[in-house]
Amino acid sequence: MHEVDMTKCLILSMEEWAEKKNKETIIVEKINLKIGEFTCVEPISLINTFNAAVLGSWLDSSEITIETIPFEGKCSKCNRSYFPKKENGYKSPCCNFNLEEIISGRELKIASIDFKEK
Amino acid sequence: MHLPISDKIELNILHQNSHQAEKNKVKFNNYNLLCLNIMSSPGAGKTRLLEITLEDLSTEFQSAVLEGDMTTNLDAARLEKLNIPVVPITTGRACHLDANMVSGGLKLLEKKINPHILDILLVENVGNLVCPAEFEIGEHFKVALLSITEGEDKPLKYPIMFREADLILITKVDLLPHLNFDINELKSNISSTNPKADVIEISSITKSGFDLWQKWISKKIMKFKK
Repeated sequence: MHEVDMTKCLILSMEEWAEKKNKETIIVEKINLKIGEFTCVEPISLINTFNAAVLGSWLDSSEITIETIPFEGKCSKCNRSYFPKKENGYKSPCCNFNLEEIISGRELKIASIDFKEK
Repeated sequence: MHLPISDKIELNILHQNSHQAEKNKVKFNNYNLLCLNIMSSPGAGKTRLLEITLEDLSTEFQSAVLEGDMTTNLDAARLEKLNIPVVPITTGRACHLDANMVSGGLKLLEKKINPHILDILLVENVGNLVCPAEFEIGEHFKVALLSITEGEDKPLKYPIMFREADLILITKVDLLPHLNFDINELKSNISSTNPKADVIEISSITKSGFDLWQKWISKKIMKFKK
């Protein structure tokens, strides 16, 4: 259900961006997102919700692309990076250390917007 | 037709919410008002925790509550009996509070009372272990409750919530003798997900742990008001 609210925030951000561009003169082709694996977002749900939400709006013809950013942590004992796994309690496989530092995976970003001028 | 242009903006999807959350925080700071965001799954004991906490705090601090609920004002009605300012926020179909809802709640609170006289604002979020973790409301600290009836594995299954929390209250510990529950396993799962979080075991029946929770709050208020 939170994908609906995420979509609302996304559309508001798009509106804000478009205000600076003169919305009437552009066609948005792609909204390129970066979504981290360590977030509460299910990419396919976000795409489906967005497609339903923008029907008949100025973003109707736009497409969402999602680059998934891996969940990566850093072992605080030996400084090695690793991919935390739920099965291992997110601990580092090298030193069995708790997950202290997250390098990536918390991203919820609009990376770029591809558009054309009419 | 022109060629496509790519505008690299690198903007947080939730930046509208984050922006409003920052505004809320500025307001809280101007009022010298510490704000806690209380989160958990439904039935973990948030409202009962608040009932006891508000009563305990009343000798030392002035409190108010923003009470998030999806469809009813039942929890708000319970807390209003304590004669403290309570503003219900009914979220409708939304499964969490967002910064705009809290801003609206704060405006209603301002109509009830001058927030300058308050020390702490407790925001009871909607019962949910997923969404509230991603939506900031302008809080100074996040408190997550986890009742032992939910199972030891919840910090691993809902890691964002427990990773984001500054304090985790393990609730309903009076039930420990009656359950096949390994509290050390739960604590280990909390530590591996969020080694920096404070953890307090608490029971609303026996009141065990409430002294530590009270101390935690008092310390945060005193530090905040310096």
